[in-house]
Amino acid sequence: MIRFDSVSKSYSGNTRPALNAVSLEILKGEFVFLVGASGSGKSSFLRLVLKEEKPSKGQIHVLGQYLNTLPNRKIPPFRRNLGVVFQDFRLLPQKTVYDNVAFTLQVIGKSKGFIQEAVPDTLKMVGLAGKANRFPHELSGGEQQRVAIARAIVNKPAILLADEPTGNLDPQTSAGIMTLLERINLGGTTVIMATHDAGIVDQMKRRVIELISGQVVRDENQGGYQTQAIPVQGFGFGANGGASA
Amino acid sequence: MRFGLVISEAAQGLRRNISMVISVILVTFISLTFVGAAILLQMQIGQMKDYWYDRAQVAVYLCTDTDSGGNCAQEEATEDQIAAVKAQLDSTTLKPYIRKYVFETHDQAYEIFKTQFKGNPIASFTTPDMLNESFRVNLNNTDEAGILVDKLQGLAGVQDVADQRAYLNPIFAVLNAASLTAVGLAALMLVAAVLLIATTIRLSAFSRRRELGIMRLVGASNRFIQTPFILEGVFAALIGSVLAGGATVAIVQFFVKGYLGDTLGASTTLIGLSEAWIVVPILILIGAVLAAISAGAAINRYLKV
Repeated sequence: MIRFDSVSKSYSGNTRPALNAVSLEILKGEFVFLVGASGSGKSSFLRLVLKEEKPSKGQIHVLGQYLNTLPNRKIPPFRRNLGVVFQDFRLLPQKTVYDNVAFTLQVIGKSKGFIQEAVPDTLKMVGLAGKANRFPHELSGGEQQRVAIARAIVNKPAILLADEPTGNLDPQTSAGIMTLLERINLGGTTVIMATHDAGIVDQMKRRVIELISGQVVRDENQGGYQTQAIPVQGFGFGANGGASA
Repeated sequence: MRFGLVISEAAQGLRRNISMVISVILVTFISLTFVGAAILLQMQIGQMKDYWYDRAQVAVYLCTDTDSGGNCAQEEATEDQIAAVKAQLDSTTLKPYIRKYVFETHDQAYEIFKTQFKGNPIASFTTPDMLNESFRVNLNNTDEAGILVDKLQGLAGVQDVADQRAYLNPIFAVLNAASLTAVGLAALMLVAAVLLIATTIRLSAFSRRRELGIMRLVGASNRFIQTPFILEGVFAALIGSVLAGGATVAIVQFFVKGYLGDTLGASTTLIGLSEAWIVVPILILIGAVLAAISAGAAINRYLKV
């Protein structure tokens, strides 16, 4: 589904690469946490998956497409298979909840009929059935993030990328968001979530990929935010997950 | 692609950016009016050339008793000399170039002179024999007057061979200079218009950068993202072009036909509304194409990965 082969990414004017020889594979239906300090390369990783950036070295395959040579005009159709959620929601303030979600479908040319069916369904799924006509500023942070998630999944993407989706939310609201993401994952969507929220990672016990200075230092299934063991590169260790944060 | 959505996006952009849109309209209006004026002037020159060159003759002036210029020695051209010139005109070398020629006698020249200089004191002491006899030659192609000059200039009894087009050329040179000035001004203004359109579109894109970001993220096609902005630029430029077209028609109607027509009377031909209506679609096309190109180039920056 997603495969990185010794991918490096350097930005001009910065000697240290944002990603350094990262190789990993994420399979269909996985739920993956991407952890690491700020500047460790989590966002660069997500941007590379989205083909918002080109790798400096290495090969990237996403959804059967070889991204290195994907021509510009094929990027839009490729992105229709990906949903993205951000820490700052990025909703359109002058559009209602319904219109924010419908906008995604309108701009990729879906029919009116399809939109009228898909948007209410999705809003119901994220728990905003009664708030279709509200504006973003009338909603709480958690609700705004639900709108953003609805927007990301309304087109039924194969992969959902979430860049610190709970970064602006209190723990209780975050838990609600996580439940929602888990439900989306159960529906077959691969979810990749970059986060600093140790509590969530520890609680969910999913695959954890830890980046330090652009390198994968840990990749364990059912891992925690921090491992108790000495960081080991590879799979399978720390089956009980990390402990404290 | 959903057409209605694209149109409403473009309309929204126009409304948000109204002051810039108005300046685009004005600048395209002025610049294209200059373009229109330049084209009209060229058409006018073309028409005058057709009219006057058609009437321009090559005059072969023959010697009189008083002439000492050319091949003359203050002696009237003899019958033989006149016949020699006539023979040249009828010869196989010159005949193909000549449409027709007439011989103008002293008396005919005097008649024409009298009407041209009516009321001028010079007319009272000019006598017929002071005026040159001449062959008036109409050529098939007035550009070939040089051949006639070469052939006849050296003949005995010929005072001068004059290509009347030479008298017209300064007038056309002045008109041409005016038209080039208009083209130069138009080019400068068009550069300003193109840059202004690009700036307007960039501003419009900036004010909608959130939408643009989301459109790109969810996979809207580049064309879908571009089209509203291009329409916005083209729409503003089109209004300017239509105004410029209107101004061009008005110039022809009120200045050329009205003022010049009354002042110059029937002395020359002037362009009319039919020429103006040829210019209008040219202006609209120039406006639309330039706007589309500059808006497209401006928005392209926002689409780069």
